[in-house]
Amino acid sequence: MKVLRDLFRDYRFALSFCVLCLLLVLAVLTIFSPYDPTLWGVVPRDLKPSREYLLGTNSKGQDVFWQATFAVRNSLVISVIAGTVSRVIAVLVGMVAGYKGRLTDRVLMFVSDSLLVIPLFLIIVMLAMLIRDKMNLVTLGLLLAFFGWAWDARVIRSQILSLREREFTQTAILSGTGTLRLVLNEYMPFATPLVFSTLINNMSWAIGMEMTLAVLGLVNLDIPTLGTMLQWAISYQAMLLGYWWWIATPVVLAVFLFVALYWLSVSISEYLDPRTRIQRVGV
Amino acid sequence: MNQTILRTEKLKAFYVLDVLGTRKVVKAVNEVDLEIRENEIYGIAGESGCGKTTLLKTLYAAIEPPLRLIGGKVYYRVNGEEVEVSSLSREEKRKLRWEYVSYVPQGSMSVLNPVIRLKETFRDFLDSHVSGKTKDEAFAIAREHIAALGLPQKILDAYPHQLSGGMRQRVTIALAALLKPRIIIADEPTTALDVVVQRGVVQLLKDIQQNLRNTIVLVTHDMGVQANIADRIGIMYAGKMVEEATTEGIFGDPLHPYTRYLINSLPRFGDKTTRESVPGSPPSLINLPSGCPFHPRCPYALEICKEQMPGFVKLDNNHKVACWLVGEGGNGKAS
Amino acid sequence: MEKLLELDRLTKVFTLGSVISRVRITATDSVSFYIKPAEIFALAGESGCGKTTVARMILGFEEPTSGAIFYNGKKGTKNEKVWFTEGIQAIFQDPFGTFNPLRTVDRYFFETVQNYKLAGSKEEAIRLIDEKLRAVGLSYEEFSGKYPNEFSGGQLQRISIARALLTNPTLLIADEPVSMVDASLRMSIVNLFKKLKEELGVSVLYITHDLATAYYVSDRIAIMFRGNIVEMGPVEKVLMEPKHPYTKLLRESIPEADPNKRWDTVITLADTEYEEYLRAGCKFAGRCPDVMDRCKDEVPPDIYVDGVLVKCHKYAGE
Ligand SMILES: Nc1ncnc2c1ncn2[C@@H]1O[C@H](COP(=O)(O)OP(=O)(O)O)[C@@H](O)[C@H]1O
Ligand SMILES: Nc1ncnc2c1ncn2[C@@H]1O[C@H](COP(=O)(O)OP(=O)(O)O)[C@@H](O)[C@H]1O
Ligand SMILES: [Mg+2]
Ligand SMILES: [Mg+2]
Repeated sequence: MKVLRDLFRDYRFALSFCVLCLLLVLAVLTIFSPYDPTLWGVVPRDLKPSREYLLGTNSKGQDVFWQATFAVRNSLVISVIAGTVSRVIAVLVGMVAGYKGRLTDRVLMFVSDSLLVIPLFLIIVMLAMLIRDKMNLVTLGLLLAFFGWAWDARVIRSQILSLREREFTQTAILSGTGTLRLVLNEYMPFATPLVFSTLINNMSWAIGMEMTLAVLGLVNLDIPTLGTMLQWAISYQAMLLGYWWWIATPVVLAVFLFVALYWLSVSISEYLDPRTRIQRVGV
Repeated sequence: MNQTILRTEKLKAFYVLDVLGTRKVVKAVNEVDLEIRENEIYGIAGESGCGKTTLLKTLYAAIEPPLRLIGGKVYYRVNGEEVEVSSLSREEKRKLRWEYVSYVPQGSMSVLNPVIRLKETFRDFLDSHVSGKTKDEAFAIAREHIAALGLPQKILDAYPHQLSGGMRQRVTIALAALLKPRIIIADEPTTALDVVVQRGVVQLLKDIQQNLRNTIVLVTHDMGVQANIADRIGIMYAGKMVEEATTEGIFGDPLHPYTRYLINSLPRFGDKTTRESVPGSPPSLINLPSGCPFHPRCPYALEICKEQMPGFVKLDNNHKVACWLVGEGGNGKAS
Repeated sequence: MEKLLELDRLTKVFTLGSVISRVRITATDSVSFYIKPAEIFALAGESGCGKTTVARMILGFEEPTSGAIFYNGKKGTKNEKVWFTEGIQAIFQDPFGTFNPLRTVDRYFFETVQNYKLAGSKEEAIRLIDEKLRAVGLSYEEFSGKYPNEFSGGQLQRISIARALLTNPTLLIADEPVSMVDASLRMSIVNLFKKLKEELGVSVLYITHDLATAYYVSDRIAIMFRGNIVEMGPVEKVLMEPKHPYTKLLRESIPEADPNKRWDTVITLADTEYEEYLRAGCKFAGRCPDVMDRCKDEVPPDIYVDGVLVKCHKYAGE
């Protein structure tokens, strides 16, 4: 894979890639978990990290390490759902609005502008309260996806608008290329860097949003995620009682996740930037 | 003959690129010797990609990575004394800029700040070099300057994007002349303008030169423009100077086959006979042909042209040429 | 007389600015001309005088405000661009903008072949592409799999012509095809138009501001100024004995490659093109050396002088 080899030259990419891999390994480890993460009292409570309980145990009688593996997995699932679904919406809306123009454009941009101006956070909180009972990984992912596309759709639309004026659009039309193929072949390569970098940004936003909702107690607290782990730790006064391992685990994992995703997005978007790309294919 | 004001010695400036691990060297300026005099318009012509812009950047001492000065020196004559430019400190260079030497870059929009009115740009320019002027004094100087150059005064109240390309180009040139520099370096100021506006720009440059009696280094690949404005012309090919002479010399008696192609390919009114472009395409500066870089495109190439670069020799009446076919071409030591 | 393409009083009005300060610009004002088979017709004028607008309307990228376009006698309507892509092809000003910098150039060739069903198999397609590339002095080997930035401007412009030739068009619209190509390579493009005309019988609408190449290559020429054709006729007559003061100005503004023939007169330039577009009478009145009173408020009539159409009061009888 030439692409990967090129990307690994960037230390930021290499580092963040390794961190993400580690986190993925954690997520995969859930398969081997000796405990059901939803059950309480499966191990002695409040133990310090030790050889037997790598990251100690919590006041609910759960092994923090195995809880963390589930938390990482579930948080990643939510963010991937939110990220990809919102990217698909953003690309579709942006491209259709940009290329079709006129009424289609105005309607779609009205919707996206509305999403941009309303206080997103409050709406999400309210909706989360409404569907709290039905809240699971998928519904939460979709809920976040629905609110995460508006800005990027706008950016893609304006990109298409300027590409439409470029002469190669006319060359493609004169070559007999139809609208759909034109948009996919000619414009998509310009939008991909944006889609990739915002995909990753959107994923970290979703993780952050989930944590916020969890700390506010607005999600299903039985499903272990980075957010619910933190929520439980806070509600049991883990900090006050000196059970630092319980609270530190989700926080440290979240920080690693955020930094890794950020670096990944920066290095990938730099790699995909049309300008550096042109240099690379050059002479 | 006027004194030399700008001189280079075996100037070499290459782009050193690191394209994903492989090093590539673009030999954009390769052993260029120039002697540009006071009170003259010196034209530099050549195909795009032959290193004209790079040469100007090194003359203006605006060398930034990936461009690197590999060898050679640039000298300015400041107040009768020759100074070597790379030995100057950053502050000294800054002081010379716009006051002693100014640069109109290609495309030239970059000089104008897009978010302020042009008169503010003019004032910023004055402020950075002449202290103690009030706002109104500065505007008055700008207005006077603009009027003296025959540009409409109302443009001072406009933003750059409100002007047409040709007007912007002329404003940039006016700005470059504001502090009465001894040298103005202009990169393709007429390219991509239509003929009438192009004529206006040429008119402006000539006016400025006549008023200030200074030196203008003018790059353009358009030989028609060169014929109209330049006093002496240097022809550049693949990073090297291949011919230099007075404008009359270049047009009346072109010696290098490349120069001849440049001149003969121009269409003329009243003559519909077929004209040929230079055959082939420009060489890659990363991978230069051996010997004379023009030999793959030259219909008169000899054996020796493939092996050795001819020296840049001076014939009589200050006509210099680097070609094995010409005069004692072989006399100059090949480098 | 056979007419390949005919424009009949083609008008395009653009509305600029906001609701408060609205300006209406007639970018082309009743422009009529025709192009014969195997003819190079030049449309010349300085930038912003409506040349590109004419080209875009012919290609169907812009809807005329009024007027009609006929191709081979058939009228083109909004829904039925009969002539459009197969018979009329185009090449553009900026060779580096003609192709998507992120895609290889050959993709456009294969797409054209596929979309117009020009070949049955890949081999046949390559043969056809190679044939067209050879017509412009290139070959399939030196072009396949490369990105636009791997070619020089002159090469790209020739590639662009080769692509246009794939459908065997009868008319090429060339909008300033050489203005961004090196002067030393211009002739290779211009000579190509001559060759296409002579060998393949292709007509060319050659749009330019450079009268020297227009003289060299074209048969007839129209000089455009701010939406109007001000002079039109055989190129020898129009350019060797220019009648309209604007043609004279354009003609003199071509720098001659002769240091003994430098410009000695001073010219005035337009401050903004919009002011000239909004003039009531002759649009050139603001810069014309021969301006008369009536030029300022009366639109000059179209007059035939010596087989040349001139739009100027100077030639109107009393
Ligand atoms: N920033 C850069 N990085 C790498 N190569 C460059 C850069 N700028 C110019 N070049 C290369 O240097 C050569 C000379 O360029 P330039 O001086 O701009 O030529 P000209 O002005 O004559 O068109 C060209 O081959 C060009 O591709
Ligand atoms: N899409 C457009 N909207 C508004 N004005 C336009 C548009 N296209 C062209 N114009 C205006 O029409 C005039 C003619 O433009 P154009 O046809 O591009 O001239 P040329 O090709 O001769 O330079 C110009 O004043 C230009 O600003
Ligand atoms: Mg340049
Ligand atoms: Mg145009």
